[in-house]
Amino acid sequence: MSVPEELRYSEEHEWVSGLGGEDGIVTVGITAHAADALGEIVYIELQPSEGDAVEAGEPCGEIESTKSVSDIYSPVSGEITAVNSAVVDEPKVINDDPYGEGWIFKVRISEEPGDLLDSAAYDKLIEES
Amino acid sequence: MSADPTAKKTPLHDVHEDLGANLVDFAGYLMPLRYASETAEHQAVRTGAGLFDLSHMGEIFLSGRGAGAALDFALVGNLSPMPVGKARYTMICGHDGGVLDDLIVYRLADETWMVVANAANAAVVRDALVERAAGFEAAVDDRSDSYALIALQGPRSQGILEGFTDAPLGDLKYYAILAGRVAGVDALVARTGYTGEDGFELFVDASDAVRMWEALAAVEGVVPAGLSARDTLRLEAGMPLYGNELTAETTPFEAGLGRVVKLDKPGDFVGKGALAAQAQTPPGRRLVGLVARGRRAPRKGYQVVTSGGAPCGIVTSGAPSPTLGTPIAMAYLDSGVEEAGLAVDVRGRHEPVDVVALPFYKRS
Repeated sequence: MSVPEELRYSEEHEWVSGLGGEDGIVTVGITAHAADALGEIVYIELQPSEGDAVEAGEPCGEIESTKSVSDIYSPVSGEITAVNSAVVDEPKVINDDPYGEGWIFKVRISEEPGDLLDSAAYDKLIEES
Repeated sequence: MSADPTAKKTPLHDVHEDLGANLVDFAGYLMPLRYASETAEHQAVRTGAGLFDLSHMGEIFLSGRGAGAALDFALVGNLSPMPVGKARYTMICGHDGGVLDDLIVYRLADETWMVVANAANAAVVRDALVERAAGFEAAVDDRSDSYALIALQGPRSQGILEGFTDAPLGDLKYYAILAGRVAGVDALVARTGYTGEDGFELFVDASDAVRMWEALAAVEGVVPAGLSARDTLRLEAGMPLYGNELTAETTPFEAGLGRVVKLDKPGDFVGKGALAAQAQTPPGRRLVGLVARGRRAPRKGYQVVTSGGAPCGIVTSGAPSPTLGTPIAMAYLDSGVEEAGLAVDVRGRHEPVDVVALPFYKRS
């Protein structure tokens, strides 16, 4: 399973795209590795909605698969600007296209995240897990 | 995901790896959880045929003139009158009546019986059988490592298997077994399973496992299925799982399985005193089926709560049901609890559930 080089990653298996962009808005999803480990995703819930603040490292939702349920953590701090209602309606999209159509939410970041991993570091993390 | 290096591998391990299975440690064995989509594997068993590696299960043989009597003493069932070629679902209990394992016992010949135990309990069952058979003319032989077990389950199973054997499968009843040649391999063919479908379990020599698997897997529409599908299939079929619905702290009566305890069989058996007392006492809890009204699945260990929010039970298994399209669960519910208005505490939120009769799914 290849880890896209252009993304950044949290240790909780979220990915972040768009860091360093002019509008300060990043997109967040969960990695293919996480989606695969969960199995088929059947339910996703985000507690914060558009306009709410999220804190890096804090749980902000739940994701449920046929086998298990886990928290979703926000990898960045800021304000939610969009929630992907398509994956809420049909969570399996996350399994099918975790880095594309399966994105989960967007955040206008309030500070540069310091501790996200690059693809090589994330690759190493999942190799060792 | 790295697996425990001490986990045992089944004779089909390389086949699973070639198929790209997601392998997990299960009861000390490296087992396929799923190959691709567990839901597709589940549906294949409901509509066509699925192929399972169950080589982790324990096969313990009892033989000798006293083998039937030894089983009658060791287990809660009345096995000795069972004809050759039949199988029975039964249990082995402790002296206190707690369930040590649930078992299928096959009578292979007049003086030869095969006890199939859950992988996690195989050693416990073997040791108990050795101890309990000591006073009988019976030899206990654990052949778990020399046998592979392959299950073909689903409505197409008989038709598929008939392509590989001359054995009279049409005459083989549910819960029966015969010895035959299948795909050029000596096999014990049992019409048993754990999926709620018609199907067969094939006990073969470990060295023949790959050959048997590859023959069956080559049939169009036969889908390899992992433990994940097996779990949702058995849950829909309302079948208890050891470690979830059944434990050493559970009585067969609580689990709704009091019928397997043959208190009126001749002679004494281990646990009889305790089980006879339990049979007289209404159980403090009973196993029920739950269907969630929402999309959240009750999971093992979640509390069942009354309409007033008071804890009144515990979920033992739960998952989204691929066949029903809603989350389902089995749970122990305290006796006397009003069934209307129950909910399950799903991570702090009370999700409404309805109590339903088991099984959730019955083949038509």
